[in-house]
Amino acid sequence: VPPSERKTQVKTTTRALVPVPRAAEEPEPLADPRESDVDEWGRSEHMREIARRLFDPMYRRWFRAEWEGLEKIPVDGGALLVANHAAAIPSDAPVIMHGIETELGRPVYGLAEYIFRDLPVVGTMWSRVGGVTAQPDNAYRLLREQKQLVLVFPEGTKGTSKNYTERYNLRRFGRGGFVEIAMRAGVPIVPIAVMGAEESMPIVFKLPGVAKALGMPYVPITANMMVFGPLLGSVLYFPAKFKLKVLDPISFDVAPNQPRYSRSKVMDESEGIREKIQEALYEMLRERRSVWFG
Amino acid sequence: MGRRVLVTGLGTFWGGRVAQALEREPEVEVIVGLDREEPSVELERTEYVRSDENYSILSRIVKATKVDTIVHTFLVVDSTTMSSRTMHEINVIGTMNLFAAASAPGSTVRNVVVKSSTLVYGSSKEDPTWFSEETPRTSPAHTPVERSLLAVEGYVRDFAEDNPHVNVTLLRFSNVLGPDITTPLSSALELPLVPSIFGFDPRLQFVHEIDGLEALVAAIKNPVRGAVNVASRGTIGLTRMVRMSKKPAVPFPPQLFGGAVDAGARVGLDRLSDDFKRLLRYGRGVDLTRLADEVGFVPRYTTVEAVAEYLGAIRGELVPEGAIGPTGPITMADPAEEVPAP
Repeated sequence: VPPSERKTQVKTTTRALVPVPRAAEEPEPLADPRESDVDEWGRSEHMREIARRLFDPMYRRWFRAEWEGLEKIPVDGGALLVANHAAAIPSDAPVIMHGIETELGRPVYGLAEYIFRDLPVVGTMWSRVGGVTAQPDNAYRLLREQKQLVLVFPEGTKGTSKNYTERYNLRRFGRGGFVEIAMRAGVPIVPIAVMGAEESMPIVFKLPGVAKALGMPYVPITANMMVFGPLLGSVLYFPAKFKLKVLDPISFDVAPNQPRYSRSKVMDESEGIREKIQEALYEMLRERRSVWFG
Repeated sequence: MGRRVLVTGLGTFWGGRVAQALEREPEVEVIVGLDREEPSVELERTEYVRSDENYSILSRIVKATKVDTIVHTFLVVDSTTMSSRTMHEINVIGTMNLFAAASAPGSTVRNVVVKSSTLVYGSSKEDPTWFSEETPRTSPAHTPVERSLLAVEGYVRDFAEDNPHVNVTLLRFSNVLGPDITTPLSSALELPLVPSIFGFDPRLQFVHEIDGLEALVAAIKNPVRGAVNVASRGTIGLTRMVRMSKKPAVPFPPQLFGGAVDAGARVGLDRLSDDFKRLLRYGRGVDLTRLADEVGFVPRYTTVEAVAEYLGAIRGELVPEGAIGPTGPITMADPAEEVPAP
């Protein structure tokens, strides 16, 4: 399904953040979903719809996600969404993707490390619901040629592996690769500050020895495990109140499709975006009364 | 004066078909075909020259026939059909001799078209979804066939650099699929069960034999410099392909897959090449922008159509005339004819 048609399949009925009857949103049954709608990235709108239905109660009732400035996200054309990253199993990615897809009716592709691609079942499911290996050519193609929304967390696992004591302190934004891709693709960057993910699955401490033995980026012991027990606690989030603030889009006054961009400009822009998100977070935190009720 | 073309591997599927197609081009004056074995397709005006597998006599032939174009179709990409030693002789030494002949003093060669394979990109978790011709390999070469093809590409680059007056086109073919050609994958699809790796649904890409042949002819007629990917459009997930084949997939855990397939080979099932085992995990797709923009050839099949037609053919279904089959000037040989695999 070409992106333009796919867009119309994502049905939105509401912009209000209250639960609405969803009877009118029956997805059209596909004769054989796996034979028909998996796109070149492995995303399936049908699977995405199922994922949205499963996640919707979580989004609306558990996290009670609330957006500010959603209108700043372009309704057409490519854009790179950049957000802060947190929680042992990041809860921010599904919340952002779900929010934009239901509120704006645009698919969002989430970039993540290639480690996903190596996992049986998980890797396949992850790509079905919009995950794409974070690779410059992939991002460029999605942004420039297919004019899609692409979500990236420049902190990577440095963000999600933070202990609770370091919450809302943004890590280094990689090597600025996301800025370079946006420049090359000629699309704006839309920064998003996410509050709530840090408290949804906070890490108390980590087991570096175990992580090394298992070949995983980190193995956390979370507060959830202590409260809900080791099994349930490793998958169940705390009902932290989510607030998401979309900041002003940033466009770059450079020509697209250059083989290389000035390193200093890339790093300055990258650091500038990091600071904007960090400042917005401090402000949101100052205004927050309660972790659970916002 | 018309074009004078030398085709290597005349006895193989590609060499024979390219020679047939060139015979219908009025601008091609002379076609010389080289191989160890007699060509198996019907040829009218192609001159067949017997050679050994690594073309030690090539430089004399180039001199005698004064060809301006060499089409090197005889590169082995299926490692299951021969020992890696023979493959090395054919791919590496053969190509070396071919370039030695083409760059000999007084050589009349101005165009060289080499049919390589997308195997040179490898297949790993760090790869992009689509490989462009410039995408570097992210993993080291794992198998002898990949190593030999990378060595060939090295010769191609060196030759192109040393001989700027010669146009060298390097066509990187995806896995071929078509009713008339046997490849590692087509034999896997003919098994009663299709082996797969549990939890992975790789995106595979194929080139229909007609697209492959037309791309070769287009590259001969319109020489471009450098590497060009050749494939039918789009990709297909393995799951979807297995469903279309109406055969059960047998998923093996990743750790057991290699062993299980090798055990199958020992009891008489077809061998799967090592590179293909990796492909069943991570898949591979190539970008076709250069093929369209520079060679000026847009494949007529999608990968899905190529698979559908192939599956129909092995089930003995007849493809309706003109439905998705060839409509251009190229007609395929009599289907009753036996065409050995390259």
